Amino acid sequence: MAEMPYIDLDKCDSCALCIPVCRCGALVLVNNVITLIETEKCGWCCECEEICPLSAITCAFEIVFADE
Amino acid sequence: MAVDLQILKRVAYFAGFTPDELGEAARPFFEQSFKRGEIIALEDELADNLYIVASGVVKLFKTSADGKEQIMYLAHVGESISDVPVIDGLPNPASAQAMIPVDLYGINNVDMLALLDKYPKAKQNALKILADRVRHLSALVEDLSFKHVIGRVAAILLKYAGGDGAGSKARLTQQDMAAMAGTAREVVGRSLKMLEADGAISMNRHRIVISNKKALENMIETAV
Ligand code: SF4
Ligand code: SF4
Repeated sequence: MAEMPYIDLDKCDSCALCIPVCRCGALVLVNNVITLIETEKCGWCCECEEICPLSAITCAFEIVFADE
Repeated sequence: MAVDLQILKRVAYFAGFTPDELGEAARPFFEQSFKRGEIIALEDELADNLYIVASGVVKLFKTSADGKEQIMYLAHVGESISDVPVIDGLPNPASAQAMIPVDLYGINNVDMLALLDKYPKAKQNALKILADRVRHLSALVEDLSFKHVIGRVAAILLKYAGGDGAGSKARLTQQDMAAMAGTAREVVGRSLKMLEADGAISMNRHRIVISNKKALENMIETAV
């Protein structure tokens, strides 16, 4: 299962701005609800987070040491 | 005192002007001198005049709430100051001070705007001048925020690596890190890329892997 960015649907107003910015086509509107398609192709570029005017989509990082 | 046309000729606003046009454009200019250290314009005050530096050097700077001065630009002979407030009619974005004795050619803002209207070339030149300013300020922003922020980002990574000790890993967005480091999200993004290029970390999708802890620690020490 591929980790994906997180969408807070309470914040999202389905403006769809994030859809064209995503280079791997992971973001789609399904019945007017923004939905993430799981894919390893998402390179965590964070551009969806950057463009979202409502901070509804976030790309959080896990921080680990190499030897863990 | 007459305005020296040789100096006006060097002014970017008048690039491409014929000698006759230059003579005509020079008419509304007046000369004003400032002693070393004298304030020519104050941040947040309205500007009545645009100035061309005829001799000396003018320091353009901003002062922070805690009194720290940040130099934005040093204007030399032929360069203009107070362009932005004259053009948009809003207060000075920065203060101007004579670094050494300074002679300026001033032009009242009404006359300057009339001059821009009269000579389309001058308007064209003004766009170029403002574009140059933006480039200069963008580079400055990068320097200001970036060099210091990278150390702070390194500190945040070390602090949050390995989770909270109770088994759950911290998850931070670039926005979170930006808020912690007191900077913009874009700057954090670039800091991470730089740390990756330096080999201190590697980015593996949603995971930031610290591959060289020592390098990050050094980064904290050298960047502050
Ligand atoms: S992080 Fe980039 S690739 Fe992944 S969903 Fe967002 S925009 Fe698409
Ligand atoms: S940009 Fe933000 S608010 Fe707009 S659809 Fe995407 S997640 Fe929702």
